[in-house]
Amino acid sequence: INHIVHNGGLYKRPFNEAFEETPMLVAVLTYVGYGVLTLFGYLRDFMRQWKIEKCQNATEREEQKDFVPLYQDFENFYNRNLYMRIRDSWNRPICSVPGAKVDMMERVSHDYNWTFTYTGRVIKDIINMGSYNYLGFAQKTGACQEAAAKVLSQYGAGVCSTRQEMGNLDKHEELEKLVARFLGVESAMAYGMGFATNSMNIPALVGKGCLILSDELNHASLVLGARLSGATIRIFKHNNMQSLEKLLKDAIVHGQPRTRRPWKKILILVEGIYSMEGSIVRLPEVIALKKKYKSYLYLDEAHSIGALGPSGRGVVDYFGLNPEDVDVMMGTFTKSFGAAGGYIGGKKELIDYLRTYSHSAAYATSMSPPVVEQIITSVKCIMGEDGTTIGEARVQQLAENTRYFRRRLKEMGFIIYGNEDSPVVPLMLYMPAKIGAFGREMLKRNIGVVVVGFPATPIIESRARFCLSAAHTKEMLDTALKEINEVGDLLQLKYSRRRLIPLLDRPFDETTYEETED
Amino acid sequence: AAGVGQQWVLVEMVQAFYEAPAYHLILEGILILWIIRLLFSKTYKLQERSDLTLKEKEELIEEWQPEPLVPPVPKDHPALNYNIVSGPPTHIITVNGKECINFASFNFLGLLNNEKVKSAAQASLKKYGVGTCGPRGFYGTFDVHLELEERLAKFMRTEEAIIYSYGFATIASAIPAYSKRGDIVFVDEAACFAIQKGLQASRSNIKLFKHNDMADLERLLKEQETEDQKNPRKARVTRRFIVVEGLYMNTGDICPLPELIKLKYKYKVRIFLEESLSFGVLGAHGRGITEHFGINIDDIDLISANMENSLASIGGFCCGRSFIIDHQRLSGQGYCFSASLPPLLAAAAIEALNIMEDNPDIFQTLRAKCERIHKALQGISGLKVVGESFSPALHLQLKESCGSRENDVKLLKRVVDYCMNSGIALTQARYLEKEEKCLPPPSIRVVITVEQTEQELDKAASLLKEAAQSVLN
Repeated sequence: INHIVHNGGLYKRPFNEAFEETPMLVAVLTYVGYGVLTLFGYLRDFMRQWKIEKCQNATEREEQKDFVPLYQDFENFYNRNLYMRIRDSWNRPICSVPGAKVDMMERVSHDYNWTFTYTGRVIKDIINMGSYNYLGFAQKTGACQEAAAKVLSQYGAGVCSTRQEMGNLDKHEELEKLVARFLGVESAMAYGMGFATNSMNIPALVGKGCLILSDELNHASLVLGARLSGATIRIFKHNNMQSLEKLLKDAIVHGQPRTRRPWKKILILVEGIYSMEGSIVRLPEVIALKKKYKSYLYLDEAHSIGALGPSGRGVVDYFGLNPEDVDVMMGTFTKSFGAAGGYIGGKKELIDYLRTYSHSAAYATSMSPPVVEQIITSVKCIMGEDGTTIGEARVQQLAENTRYFRRRLKEMGFIIYGNEDSPVVPLMLYMPAKIGAFGREMLKRNIGVVVVGFPATPIIESRARFCLSAAHTKEMLDTALKEINEVGDLLQLKYSRRRLIPLLDRPFDETTYEETED
Repeated sequence: AAGVGQQWVLVEMVQAFYEAPAYHLILEGILILWIIRLLFSKTYKLQERSDLTLKEKEELIEEWQPEPLVPPVPKDHPALNYNIVSGPPTHIITVNGKECINFASFNFLGLLNNEKVKSAAQASLKKYGVGTCGPRGFYGTFDVHLELEERLAKFMRTEEAIIYSYGFATIASAIPAYSKRGDIVFVDEAACFAIQKGLQASRSNIKLFKHNDMADLERLLKEQETEDQKNPRKARVTRRFIVVEGLYMNTGDICPLPELIKLKYKYKVRIFLEESLSFGVLGAHGRGITEHFGINIDDIDLISANMENSLASIGGFCCGRSFIIDHQRLSGQGYCFSASLPPLLAAAAIEALNIMEDNPDIFQTLRAKCERIHKALQGISGLKVVGESFSPALHLQLKESCGSRENDVKLLKRVVDYCMNSGIALTQARYLEKEEKCLPPPSIRVVITVEQTEQELDKAASLLKEAAQSVLN
């Protein structure tokens, strides 16, 4: 049974999140697997060093052989010996629109993945369970594409200037007003790249003398932005509200380390949906804590905007909360809107400040006009302002697909992480050999999946991650489920013992916080 | 039998007890008492602060007032009120309702409005839609990306190229991929902000040398050499890099690349070259500063450029030998953790490359126009021209500052407004004053493109003279 949290009336709907513990035998076998791979890795390195085996890496120039080596041998150990073996599961080139079905270019390797050659054949109609296409706006026909084509012929593809100089087009202003209306905030600002939105705006908001409380599993862009800002960073356990509250209390009571001065600001960094775990942030509790301790909340809705909530407005809508409670609402347009870029929404003072002091506004080129038009059309579609109910239908379809898919996978006996309502579905593989095997077997059956291992996940918790889309029909999901079932039996992936551990019993120990050094 | 055995052991124990010497017994007794004491004493917590009572803690929490999230920005801050451009930012641009000739967008080769580029992008839009919905590793690699990387590598005559989806992120992700904590980077003072952010993210030791001053750089390198001799073990694992730009964005100067190459081999330092402004501008075929000076491209370890200036697209690329570029595919943060470039922009860049390859005489035309306006702008009262004669992005700085930066900015704004009202669109160069390491003085940016006719160039020069006369005198 799942653990349902109601927590003093803060939650208006049940919050089902579960992380089944790794079975002991599987953990042991995984370590053994990595041990064997490491041994063979050392053996192969030894053979390469003594020229018994041909070394196929690219090497340094002859003229520069006496320079300090650019890479340490050990850094690349994982790359050479483990990653190379299963390299064909990643960077798969496609040649059609990344919708529900995709065409992939076939590539073969004759030397164990050191080099690839394209046979020229195209594998058609692979069911795409890897692209972040939550609402199905990655289309080559339809209203969005036509509007983008019109704007492209009128405005051209590039902009060639920054926002503060000559790059602020009327289209950008239109987009920002629309995004602000969509989110329910006073004002918004859009940027050309989602990663850069985080790494360039967090340093503008906080600096030395401020405190950042960041979740354990935050994305690389949030971590980079926090480091570049120069503030002190403290990490709380993933989605664990007691850990966060303890950090907040300690921070305010004890002040800055050693000087004991009070902190200037405290900023909490969380994400809406964590893409590797499939978990949803406990937003009502975070907001209650933020109000009690007078800190600021930065919510990164990269995956949750458009994908959660009855009207597709993200995790704030999903919990039925007030968007004004979140100080900085950040998100990206890459996932649910089928375009590229990021945005930040909030109060007018915040956005005015960012317009003046954000690194991106002063030094980076503004967004390309056809991309802006795609976002405008898709947002209008989700809001229902284009006169159709396509947007609403898609949001509902996604929610149905999510529930159905997760239920069926759990019934089959796989270990699935994360929240019941999140369209990101991680399926645990654990063993290193199964990572490559799963990817290849699924491709043979014409289904494209994403597998992730170390270093994106902890070393024994490698997983396959499915991203559901509103464009997936029930037939496609059934086909996919059937194949996953087959492969699961073939590779013995059905680890679940149906003993789901209720969430709050996860031990929270009295550890002191870890401060990350800079 | 078991009971008897046990009793036997017990008797032995009691016998040993009686037979032991006295000091032994006393010592053991003390040890036992000590252990009991330790067991019952309070555990020592490492970070035991002064014991604040719960009530005091609650009071502290009540009293603490944070600063507001952002300080208020004055309404007339120069960077707050953007110019609104209606319609495409091409040669004739409509700024704030007025039609002007564009001297502010970095559209050097005029490819922003080119019909062939637009139709290539349209074809790509019809085939792929707009976004790629994924990073390069997870079904975000399109055949257009692979084609663009191949074309760029072939154009620049290097082994491999890698594409980023954002110009700023290109050099800011490339530097931290190679240079880590403990490595040493020698960088020019006038390096652009993206380079500064890359260096900050890398956590390496940064040594600034005076702008384009090779003697200063050599001095720093010699100092480093003497340091190395003190600690040869450390020196053997410390990587060194020099980061320079081909054409500097902040000063319009060119870097003395041949001398840098000599220093490279003498002191064993690697060179990273940032060619955002010089790609598609310098050299007989637009290959950048290496072609301009006739240097073998393999001598430069990494060339990074953005495609937002000459190629009139969005994004950036790095090119060099496979040994170096391949590393970024797993450790370039802006490459691995971010969605790939939308295919229509990649297709636009490929078409722009085609045009560059088919018309190599546009570079000569651009250089001629730059020389012309550089000459025409000499001798304006109160303003001096900063930049090389063949640089398409110049700065006009005040000859004498009037005291504070704020006032200088206001004065230049009046010059810019005068020109805008008479049909020439100009802009001031914008910087983040508190974030830059070496803040350049306020200036007006003048950008020359191939599309500007000679009459327009002359008109701009005379208008600037007029504006300077009326505002600065």
